[in-house]
Amino acid sequence: MHSIDLKPEQFSGYPPEARKLATANLAALQRLPLSFLPSLLREVIDYDFKFPAERKALERELANLSALSPEQTKDWFQGFAQIRLSPQLEQFDWVNAPAQYVEQLSAYLWTTHQLDAFRVAALAYADLLREAVPPEPPAIPRLGITVIGQGVTTPEEPLFRKLRPHGVYYSRVQPENGLKQILELVAARAKAHPIAQSHWYIDGGQDASHDSAITCVSYQKLGPARAALSSKIRVEIERPGMGPETLRTLLAQMRTADLGLEQGAVMDRFQVKLLTEGSGTQIFSTTFAQWAAREALRRAQPLTLLVRFAPRQRQKPMNEMLAAGADSHVELDPMGSLVDADMGAYYNWLNQQRLTGAEQSSFLVWFENHGEAVAIGPSMPRGTESTSPTDLQKLISGMT
Amino acid sequence: MSCLSKTAAILAGSSALRARCQTHSPLEIARQLAFTRREFLRSAAGVTLGGSLLGSGLFARSGVPQKRRKVVVITFGGGARDQETFAPEGQENIPHLMRELIPQSTFFTQVINRGILGHYVATASLATGVYETVNNFASLPPEHPTAFEYFRKDLKRPASDAWVVAPSNGFNRIGESNNRSYGPGFGARVILPKHLLTAATSGGPDYEHLLRDNYETPFYTPELGGSEFELQQLQMLLKLSVDDFKKHARTLSSPDELSVYITRQLMQQLAPSLLWITLHDIDIAHAGAYSLYIEGIRRTDRLCAELWKTIQTEPEYAGNTTLFILPDFGRDSDEDSGGNGFQHHRTGDALSRTTWMMAMGAGVRQGVVIDRALESTDLVPSIGSILGFDASLAQGKPIIELA
Repeated sequence: MHSIDLKPEQFSGYPPEARKLATANLAALQRLPLSFLPSLLREVIDYDFKFPAERKALERELANLSALSPEQTKDWFQGFAQIRLSPQLEQFDWVNAPAQYVEQLSAYLWTTHQLDAFRVAALAYADLLREAVPPEPPAIPRLGITVIGQGVTTPEEPLFRKLRPHGVYYSRVQPENGLKQILELVAARAKAHPIAQSHWYIDGGQDASHDSAITCVSYQKLGPARAALSSKIRVEIERPGMGPETLRTLLAQMRTADLGLEQGAVMDRFQVKLLTEGSGTQIFSTTFAQWAAREALRRAQPLTLLVRFAPRQRQKPMNEMLAAGADSHVELDPMGSLVDADMGAYYNWLNQQRLTGAEQSSFLVWFENHGEAVAIGPSMPRGTESTSPTDLQKLISGMT
Repeated sequence: MSCLSKTAAILAGSSALRARCQTHSPLEIARQLAFTRREFLRSAAGVTLGGSLLGSGLFARSGVPQKRRKVVVITFGGGARDQETFAPEGQENIPHLMRELIPQSTFFTQVINRGILGHYVATASLATGVYETVNNFASLPPEHPTAFEYFRKDLKRPASDAWVVAPSNGFNRIGESNNRSYGPGFGARVILPKHLLTAATSGGPDYEHLLRDNYETPFYTPELGGSEFELQQLQMLLKLSVDDFKKHARTLSSPDELSVYITRQLMQQLAPSLLWITLHDIDIAHAGAYSLYIEGIRRTDRLCAELWKTIQTEPEYAGNTTLFILPDFGRDSDEDSGGNGFQHHRTGDALSRTTWMMAMGAGVRQGVVIDRALESTDLVPSIGSILGFDASLAQGKPIIELA
């Protein structure tokens, strides 16, 4: 089927809000090339389960596409129009299964050496879209905080090597009640700017006590869901003919109920995706925390994001790590986890800087229960050091 | 593969970092990367620029007759990025490459892989000199003749003269293509050390750390098809008793250490003229733990040096062997918002496609850096030039600096 053949009734399998969105923009969708449209429908079909920031961005993108003249549409999508598709892809049920289509298209692009052309087309489209529909600035400057090093007394290597050039390195931070101070500060921001799912706390272990205004995801809390997922994976990989791509498709199709989650549709779906789409998130808490932060920043675009890394289990054979599930007696690797988290902090900062308002954003990384931290922000001179004693409350107040 | 989910991130993104990256074409980024590698090497390893140096019969002048020449290829473990290897902040992870191997090698700073960035298919492409398109996760042979087939058929070499030591059960068909003019009967023997260890030990807690397989899809270990290295051959060919094998395996810490141990046995007992070792520990990066990725790089660095030492000390290899070390491809850059940095190689960006190669040993100039662009498909024709076969169906060209 071609795009032009799209009809409103074909969206009957979509969730209610997604159906409304698709049918309201049908004329625009009909004009899009098939190398592009299913990746847009993959976003549309999930509309009911998206964060407010994502919904708004998708609505604005569709409104822009609807406003383009046929000639403009041709111009915008000329790169995509040149991508050759196979008859199998054209015949695929891309309306109802856009994610599976995208998986197959991806493999096809690699195989036919069209990935580079697709990449160029995608970047060109992103540029045009950004120019036509500039992303909205945040309500207040963003603040990212990452806490690393739980369980480590003395690091084997200097910390924050990647972040130090971008801000001030503090060596005499008073660590007493540090986490509590940070959580109070996050709560204060959440109360002062009560925008839904805009103030986050991600913990790679057991989450500390926090205000209910904060959106929280924790590795420990997801223990039962991880155990359920591991058990399903172990059953599936024993089936004859099971291959990695089939397994990936099966994981992508898992629903919240499959993993026993019930925190609310949007958050449930988000957490399921962290476990089923993230690589390594099922076995390593450090990977989970980094990936959860990346996805929260990319999707929810929070104003405040606190990420606290915890020690991950020591590397073992995959089946053993999967079997560990929610077991609290697994052997931990605090030193390796510190190295993971140090890099994770750098990625958290990079991903925050990808959002609007990057020039005004601030970022703090702190070695938990110790005196070392790096503060980055418009008022923080780059590549400098401070040996003055301070506490986290003062430090963060000075940044924001 | 999930490149489109990354592209969706690109589509939705508004990255100042990405915008910076976009001001350069992939070609410019690849050139810049090569330039940077050369500068790193010049400052750290004291090597010279040899952009205009041509081979002009280096091997002929080395005095090693063609039938005595040997080639060993090591693929550098699943891909590592410059910032963890050749950049100033990464050099601490590769002390052996920097201090021992690079000064003895001709180093190619810009080897571009234009094919599919999956480990099996990319290694198959390296081995055939053609960008293969076989399913990365299926147990399928390459579609084009491998270097082993050219070597054995053209030079009438026995099966014992070409071997592959491969990390994962998924690599068991890599020694022999399904090309009608070559294929069955002309390929390399393939050893899967983990498979061998499983056969010898039936797994067990003392060995499980050596049996990790397929980091790219960590939950899945493909079942074996095709010819396998049988346990009894452990004793007959490698002259290694099951007990000795088990005993030694207990002292090793990773699958790649096991591969190198088996490789040494092969070199000592059979001394194949064309030997291919695929290291893979670095690919643990897919699990997202940076510390394990770095450990993998450091271990691979050490194992490469150990193999070079073995080549220099084994009488069958010393003085007549050319060693190639190269990654099959790189990993995603931190700057590409479509990826997740070191973890994967899914974006297809210039950094994940642009890698390096070092050649050393017989017929190779020492301490030279070449920064013109090569393709990874140039390897097989270059091995052909050294060993004396014609890789007639390969897409690549012999590397003139080695001819």
